[in-house]
Amino acid sequence: MIKEELKIKLTELFPSATIEDGEWLNMNLAVGDFLSAMEVLRNKPELNFDYLFCETCVDWKTHLTMVYHMDSTQYRHQLVVKVKLDRVKPEIETVSHIWRTAEFHEREVYELFGVNFLNHPDLRLLILPDGWEGKNPLRKDFEDPVNMIKL
Amino acid sequence: MYRETEILKEVNAGQPDVFGDLVINVGPQHPATHGVLHLVITLNGETIKKVEPHLGYIHRSIEKMDESLSYRQFIYTTSRMDYLSSHINNHGCAMCVEKGLQIEVPPRAQVIRVLMDELTRIASHVLWWGAMAMDVGALTPFFLAFREREMINDIMEESCGARLTMNYMVPGGVMYDIHPNFQRKVKEFVDHFKKKIDEYDELVTNNVIFQNRTKGVGYISKEDAISYGMTGPAARGSGVQCDIRKLFPYEVYNKVQFNEILDNGCDSFARYVVRLKELRESLSIIEQLIDNIPEGDFQAKTKAVLKLPKGEFYTRIETARGEFGVYIVSEGGTTPYRIKFRSPGFSNLSALDHMARGSKIGDMVAMMGTLDLVIPDIDR
Repeated sequence: MIKEELKIKLTELFPSATIEDGEWLNMNLAVGDFLSAMEVLRNKPELNFDYLFCETCVDWKTHLTMVYHMDSTQYRHQLVVKVKLDRVKPEIETVSHIWRTAEFHEREVYELFGVNFLNHPDLRLLILPDGWEGKNPLRKDFEDPVNMIKL
Repeated sequence: MYRETEILKEVNAGQPDVFGDLVINVGPQHPATHGVLHLVITLNGETIKKVEPHLGYIHRSIEKMDESLSYRQFIYTTSRMDYLSSHINNHGCAMCVEKGLQIEVPPRAQVIRVLMDELTRIASHVLWWGAMAMDVGALTPFFLAFREREMINDIMEESCGARLTMNYMVPGGVMYDIHPNFQRKVKEFVDHFKKKIDEYDELVTNNVIFQNRTKGVGYISKEDAISYGMTGPAARGSGVQCDIRKLFPYEVYNKVQFNEILDNGCDSFARYVVRLKELRESLSIIEQLIDNIPEGDFQAKTKAVLKLPKGEFYTRIETARGEFGVYIVSEGGTTPYRIKFRSPGFSNLSALDHMARGSKIGDMVAMMGTLDLVIPDIDR
């Protein structure tokens, strides 16, 4: 599907989402609509976003934004889904049952940003050593006088 | 809804549990993990029930470090991630900065970049071939592989000044022009390697012991490979079309002839065969370009201090291990606001548990070997 067609299709399917143009289409979703929308994106035969190639988070100091980059191996169209999260108590549904690759990516985001993924099968620290819970290195206000080298 | 294919959820279901579960640790210091990877394997008898990777022994938080480095500096931290295809990592980062600044790369630099990328790919695959054969018990290929790799390293040393972490890419082109000997040496290498690659096939590919060790081992279906985000030769061994050079051509990849190698075997042997065939494709790309390096600048004129406009930029590039992604969030300053590296090894490793369940512990090394894991790439 070309970008314009995809944009029309997505506006029909998700009236509450805002869609921005860019190199790829950017779709902003609310936390409440998130899981059902992701399931539609994966399962609707004419969309078929079966390959989640990047999942990450950005700390904007006032809020966090989850960023999902996805691709369809059948149609070769791409989409970026963004969800704003509260910075104090960030919570979002997991997508690891839709894309298995999300399991590891979500564990990484959990430890580096402190986002709590609801219904995740195995939410533990992945890269950081034991005892790092509660300190999230990739947040902008993280300070570690021992290990961090400031340039 | 995505469904897992038939795997042995409950190993030995219905049979009396005579042995009980045994948990063993492979690594962090183990010769077959090629780095500090720690696997906690739950066994029932000899059958694998679960594999849990424990990562982070070489985690340096490169993403956080890059937030305080300029757009010229951060490129070189990525050489330390996937050190076997450091050139291609640098290339991806340079491309992302160029995308943000809309810099046109001169044709000469484009061709040099592609040549260097393909040489790196050959060096990486050759080293993998030696290490893989060593993992399954054949020692000689390791020394043969280093003979060819040494030739490539010498070529790199002359042009880039370094043998492993080349740091040759800059936004807008390459750092120096190629060495006057470059073309002659590359041609010599191509002639040499063409004969040796047949030797590789005779020695390992057609070896019945090797085939028995790898055929039918580490099965992963096409659907699962996509769902686990596998890329590169590991996914192409399951028939997934995922070569970024073909799908989203960058630099001069749309002007050269090469095939995307696919295999529907889905097992370790298929992944092995894909890599060996890719070596020949890389050779063919080098042959097409080596006599056609255009004259001109090797670097576009850029400002001394680079400032990316406000926005988000993402580039995808095909490294020797799969798709490498660079995601830069810029606030308009001289350093990135947030940077994320999507490393191919990270996603490929996540499929290991699925692959290994239900197979024997002895096959573990053959499975891990064909995933071609580079640990700094996974830990970042």
